[in-house]
Amino acid sequence: MGFVLFFILAALMVGAAAGVVLCRHPVRSAMCLVMTLFVMAVFFIFLDADFVAALQVVVYAGAIMVVFLFVIMLLNLQGDPDPRRARGGFVALGLSVLFALVLLYLLKGVGALLPGPGMATDVPAGFGSTETVGLRLFTHYLLQFEITGLLMLASVIGAVVLAKRRIG
Amino acid sequence: MDSVWFDLAVTGVMALIVVLNVLQLAGSLGWVERKGSALIQDRIGANRAAIFGFTGFGLVNTLMADPLKFLTKEDIIPAGVDRLFHTLAPCIHLFPALVTFAVIPFGDVLIIGSHEINLQVAPLNIGILYILAMVSLGVYGVVLGGWASNNRWSLLGGIRGSAQMISYELAMGLALVAMIMMYGTLDLQAMARAQSGTILGVLPNWGIFYQPLAFLIFLTAGIAESKRVPFDLPESESELVSGFFTEYSGTKHLMFFMTDFVEVIIVAGLAATLFFGGWQVPYLYRDGFHFPGGATLLLPNLVVAILQVISFSVKVLFFCWLQIMIRWTLPRFRYDQLMHLGWIGMLPLGFLNAIMTAVVILTWGQR
Repeated sequence: MGFVLFFILAALMVGAAAGVVLCRHPVRSAMCLVMTLFVMAVFFIFLDADFVAALQVVVYAGAIMVVFLFVIMLLNLQGDPDPRRARGGFVALGLSVLFALVLLYLLKGVGALLPGPGMATDVPAGFGSTETVGLRLFTHYLLQFEITGLLMLASVIGAVVLAKRRIG
Repeated sequence: MDSVWFDLAVTGVMALIVVLNVLQLAGSLGWVERKGSALIQDRIGANRAAIFGFTGFGLVNTLMADPLKFLTKEDIIPAGVDRLFHTLAPCIHLFPALVTFAVIPFGDVLIIGSHEINLQVAPLNIGILYILAMVSLGVYGVVLGGWASNNRWSLLGGIRGSAQMISYELAMGLALVAMIMMYGTLDLQAMARAQSGTILGVLPNWGIFYQPLAFLIFLTAGIAESKRVPFDLPESESELVSGFFTEYSGTKHLMFFMTDFVEVIIVAGLAATLFFGGWQVPYLYRDGFHFPGGATLLLPNLVVAILQVISFSVKVLFFCWLQIMIRWTLPRFRYDQLMHLGWIGMLPLGFLNAIMTAVVILTWGQR
């Protein structure tokens, strides 16, 4: 059951991810990205990471992508008819192949980490729940958490300063 | 294995009952809204639905006539629209609203034989986050509906809608943060259970008595999220014809229309669950009534469960009615007033409330 569902969802996600690149219209690309992020949230639920799944939808699929769409619609971008786009095609192809090779190299050792015979697949009780994630975040990863918070504060202030300057 | 299928069947039946009830109530609210507006504007209202000359009791006829009218209307797709998103937008709008109900509990436990059934469709560890996630997905229906219609008014409505919903999500989230801190859980069923008992032996132990400010913020932000007057700028008919769903007709228009009422019911259900004890009946515990004077009245589980479901329904109906009355009482904000209220009024209030709650909990401990 879970196995079949995994492949259906994986196909959906890869299809949506391909759609982001292949769609001509920026709004369609953005909606494909929303779908990719949403299916990723479903995968997090499969992995017992409920809290991360909820955050994935709230933050990425819900908030960030809405702002993306907002900007695309306000700029009123139409499909890009520029034929010169093809000129960079070979460079892009070369870079993609290079990137794929790097990814494959990184994935080399993953096979040994996958659950198989003789490996416990049960997750500890409370794994992925809000309590566990929160406790880890505020004890083990406190410094990283605080640094991230500082970074976000800086970017918020930066956004306000930029917006204010434009208003004059 | 047997128990797994039993659980699955129970969940399926509960989900079906909840969804059908919500849709039914959404339809009925359409009639309540018209009658309410007629009452406030000193008219008779909604009395023209006659089936073969029989006007019936108004409600029944209107309930049948409204959807029939919408379903039999021509579905017009204007020239130049993005056909895919024009069709998808109402579905994307309605779906998140309907599935939100999965985490709202409508009773405590119902015991059938040896099975204890938790009267909540999906007991999720992340209950409130799930609701916020679904609310944030609902924005897409508005944005896409406005954009795909190839109409300036629609696009303006869609953009207003998304900006408004993002702005008020923050205030709503902060009101919810205070409640999460107070109950120490994200699960709405656990929150409802935590509201059993009494304060000083008389008052029911409901969230409203601890967090009145959070309730006001939540209700205001909730009405803004469901885009109703006084926050109906995305569709303000005097400026934008009908806003983001101007170019919709027939069933698709009905879906936008229904979502409006489904969102009203969600806000009512959440307000009841978070601040008014959810399914709690004052002085009713799992084994029956324990009145403050010391008198007790023991009841079987079935009766207790029915009383709880009735209590929840009454609270939801009350808050639906309240929202409809607010809608017909207040005039619409101007757009700058709306943003001002959201960002300069409610957001700092929400922060203040959350910080105060944290300080109180740190000083005196959780309730």
